[in-house]
Amino acid sequence: MSELALLVATRKGAWIYRSDEAREAWHAGGPHFLGHVIHHLVLDPRDRRTLLAAAKTGHLGPTIFRSTDLGHSWSEASRPPAFPKAAEGETGRAVDHTFWLTPGHPSEPGVWYAGTSPQALFRSEDGGDTWDGVAGFNDNPAYVGKLGGTQDGTPDGAKLHSVIVDPRDANHLYLGMSGGGVHESTDRGESWAKLIDGMEVVAGFDAAQWAFHDPHCVAICPSNPDRLYQQNHCGIYRIDRPSNLWQRIGRAMPAEVGDIGFPIVVHPRDDRTAWVFPMDGTDVWPRTSPGGQPSAYVTRDGGKSWQRQDNGLPRGGAWWTVYRQAMANDALDPVGLYVGTSSGAVWASTDEGESWRPLAEHLPSIYAVETAVLA
Amino acid sequence: MNVLIPSALQSYTGAAEVEAHGGSLAELLEDLDARYPGIRFRMVDEQDRFRRHMRCFVNGAQVYDLGMALLPGDEVIIIQALSGG
Repeated sequence: MSELALLVATRKGAWIYRSDEAREAWHAGGPHFLGHVIHHLVLDPRDRRTLLAAAKTGHLGPTIFRSTDLGHSWSEASRPPAFPKAAEGETGRAVDHTFWLTPGHPSEPGVWYAGTSPQALFRSEDGGDTWDGVAGFNDNPAYVGKLGGTQDGTPDGAKLHSVIVDPRDANHLYLGMSGGGVHESTDRGESWAKLIDGMEVVAGFDAAQWAFHDPHCVAICPSNPDRLYQQNHCGIYRIDRPSNLWQRIGRAMPAEVGDIGFPIVVHPRDDRTAWVFPMDGTDVWPRTSPGGQPSAYVTRDGGKSWQRQDNGLPRGGAWWTVYRQAMANDALDPVGLYVGTSSGAVWASTDEGESWRPLAEHLPSIYAVETAVLA
Repeated sequence: MNVLIPSALQSYTGAAEVEAHGGSLAELLEDLDARYPGIRFRMVDEQDRFRRHMRCFVNGAQVYDLGMALLPGDEVIIIQALSGG
């Protein structure tokens, strides 16, 4: 029987919860890096041992920590993601924080990708010890100067996120930018093309300009890598490649809830099934659970219809937010779902969202939740 | 020369005061990084700017320019700004 881990990254440290496949009793480990801002904590599924943490503190600059013993000991990247030094007289960019970590393709052990704020893409070829910018993106004349700084975006800078490696092809990459849309590369990052057709933008802006697009989270279907789902600032979308047109499937969500949110996760074996966790996107954008009544919503027909899943969740008075990295699934049958809240709770479901129970409470504000199968 | 290290960076040095050398602040930071790998990037960004909430004082005066010359016996204090929450 495999052992599962739930990797919880928060504004003030990281925690690792472990359970057997029954997913009933979880044992907490941590805090790791207490007081550090941990934006993402990810285990390498290729070796099921290497754990990377994207860290900074309120005072100290960004870095990556690496563990091969599930957090018993950590070593720091000898060269964390950083931009090149600018020429004399020019204003160079500086990484404020690494926001997103993605293990590379199974055929490329040791390769990792990182998305940062300001928005940039980095790659490591040695398991996260040294990092270099992906020049085809970071230095691409089509992007340079349009990728934002630490004063852009919400709330601490626009973020490059949702770095996706096609499981069929290491050269085929997608990424999302909170200030920049979805982009695709078919040559391992040497060149990129925007993938924004059909995506809507805030009223008054030009949807043809990629810089105005705000995808919050993009997920590829493991069972059908030609299908991707997206939770955007302006709705929920699906795309079926090779089409370049996103379809706004969130139109089928209940009008009183809307189709705004941060995260989206997909079923590991069924490309018709995806889950979202809506938030309030009206007037000043509270970004809290609509009406103070949090709920997941599931589609089992590719977005034609959505069903509310709030059994066990607070029925009211719950004004929290689920950030874009803070909803995850495992690959068991039935699929387990995990949600981390801005109020520091983890909610878990072992029946594909039909019922929820608290797994952890009283943590710092949760930024990211990931699942892992341990070696 | 003597360098005072803030608590947030003592996971690198293991001490609140360490010895380091250099004819300029930049050289001093390079020497610190050689002794305690990774420490420099946590306080100075890739464009050689002190990070927003880090401060450096030499003989009691705040310093922004890494090119500032240092003399043996100068006292260098690296501190965290009073910020956060």
